[in-house]
Amino acid sequence: MTNAEIKKEILDILQAIAPDEDLTNLKDEVSFRDQIELDSMDFLDIVMELRKRHRIQIPEDDYIQLDSMQSTVAYLEPLMKDVVA
Amino acid sequence: MYDTIIIGAGMSGLAAGIRLAYFDQRVCILERHTTIGGLNSFYRLRGRDYDVGLHALTNITPKGTKKGPLARLLRQLRMSWDDFQISPQLGSQIAFPGVRLGFSNDLDLLRAEIGREFPRQVDSFTRLVEQVIEYDDLDPSHAEMSAREHLTDLFSEPLLVEMLLCPLMFYGSAREHDMDWGQFSIMFRSIFMEGLGRPHAGVRLILKLLVRKYRALGGELKLKSGVERIAVEDGRVVGVVLKGGQQLAARHVLSSAGWCETMRLCDDGQPVSIPGKNSAPGNGPARNRNAGRLSFCETIAALDMEPGKMGHSGTITFFNDSPRFDWRQSEAPCDLRSGVICSPNNFDYQRPLDDATIRITVLASHAYWQQLGESAYKLEKLRWYDRITESAVRFVPDYRLHVIDTDMFTPTTIVRFTGHDNGAIYGSPEKQFDGVTHLENLFVCGTDQGFVGIIGSITSGISMANMHCLRD
Ligand SMILES: Cc1cc2nc3c(=O)[nH]c(=O)nc-3n(C[C@H](O)[C@H](O)[C@H](O)COP(=O)(O)OP(=O)(O)OC[C@H]3O[C@@H](n4cnc5c(N)ncnc54)[C@H](O)[C@@H]3O)c2cc1C
Repeated sequence: MTNAEIKKEILDILQAIAPDEDLTNLKDEVSFRDQIELDSMDFLDIVMELRKRHRIQIPEDDYIQLDSMQSTVAYLEPLMKDVVA
Repeated sequence: MYDTIIIGAGMSGLAAGIRLAYFDQRVCILERHTTIGGLNSFYRLRGRDYDVGLHALTNITPKGTKKGPLARLLRQLRMSWDDFQISPQLGSQIAFPGVRLGFSNDLDLLRAEIGREFPRQVDSFTRLVEQVIEYDDLDPSHAEMSAREHLTDLFSEPLLVEMLLCPLMFYGSAREHDMDWGQFSIMFRSIFMEGLGRPHAGVRLILKLLVRKYRALGGELKLKSGVERIAVEDGRVVGVVLKGGQQLAARHVLSSAGWCETMRLCDDGQPVSIPGKNSAPGNGPARNRNAGRLSFCETIAALDMEPGKMGHSGTITFFNDSPRFDWRQSEAPCDLRSGVICSPNNFDYQRPLDDATIRITVLASHAYWQQLGESAYKLEKLRWYDRITESAVRFVPDYRLHVIDTDMFTPTTIVRFTGHDNGAIYGSPEKQFDGVTHLENLFVCGTDQGFVGIIGSITSGISMANMHCLRD
């Protein structure tokens, strides 16, 4: 996946977790939590959805990397480069 | 080999199952009864549909609300607000001798009512609301503080303290006479700040949604499959043994059967009794605990006209016939001094319900009801049906001339349908908020984990599945 495709996938996951959120104006460099209503349970779901969809395992210590779109894409880039979009 | 076996197809078990099946686990829910629902089920009798239990859903926030338990639950189950088809209550009240406080899904009504009946307590009420909002569910430091003591410090009118405790205790206190501050705050928000509502089709809609979703995700559900034994080897659960002797292996077991009930199922010997609360270092949570004693009787009356047409339009009436509210195990077969009167018709539906009903819930003595022989049990049900109704019509218009059919359930019914010791509705006063047990892969969810009610037990199933069964 390219970075643009990873971003699209993350948006898709966020939409699945929070169907009522309008994500069109989501800012890449701002923390998800400051823009969408996500509690810790929802946050875990980002990790779980990545595992479900792409078999990607993210260790608990790395969860902080999934703070904003920018940091998430950067973190996932090496893990997802071989994933077919 | 299952990834997770769940004991019980009540609200908490089904919700946990959905989470696990959604994330591709091999899950099996084992339910000993012939039907799903546990404490909250439904049945058909002489041509009419009835719910067991459901008065109202709590935590009802309007569509589009992003915060709060209902919104979170919908997100976690990947369901939408519209799926539940919830209609808000019309308005409820707390009725004590000479004083009535109305409340609705708008907290301002309760505030105004307190202003009318207890003008000097309004500032204290505002402070209480602030404290309840501030209470952090995740910080356990004040969770077990006495709510009664706290309210007594805050308000100079003892009657108001009793009136505020009455509905919150009826809807969720496992502790007698008092309530944990944490539970008080959660219930205060659920009932007074968020609010009450009901799906037009009642609890069957919720259960059908849950079970359909669970099955569509590949979850297995086995009815008439009571777990007789939880098989333990070297401090780990290896699986369960069913009543018929069938063995099923699992990596995790999540039980909604209740704390004491689950401990008894474990085949690793007598419960180790550890003095003090919950835990001793290295030993894990104490296995011996009080199963709880607060149980209910409920009468159900089918009517020949809508309650609203006979002047009874309140959704729920919490009544108590003296200035002091006694929340204890009933010494009499039923405690006729207080109760909850609910009409499923009195919600703001788009179209009226097919049937008109009024139901009354009162505290009852499990010890009394469980020792009756079959014919005495039937007779006592009839006698107490009349007494309960007579007690309730002191607070709502007398509907007895309009009754066309009746039913009643007792603590014995609750034991039969849920297996909970003593028919204890809200389970043990001692909760296990983290859901862990003395075994590393056995966990509890539902009532004895700590969240009660429909929204509470669903939340419990979700969070225990997330915390313990999804991570590895
Ligand atoms: C009269 C009454 C009124 C109520 N009113 C409301 C209300 O208005 N609003 C509200 O939100 N809540 C209400 N509640 C509370 C609500 O019903 C419960 O809090 C909730 O249903 C508890 O769900 P649970 O999953 O924790 O437990 P349960 O529903 O008890 O589920 C446990 C399940 O486990 C099964 N089980 C037990 N042992 C075994 C075994 N060994 N093997 C296999 N299966 C087993 C049982 O059969 C049961 O199905 C009411 C309850 C009652 C009784």
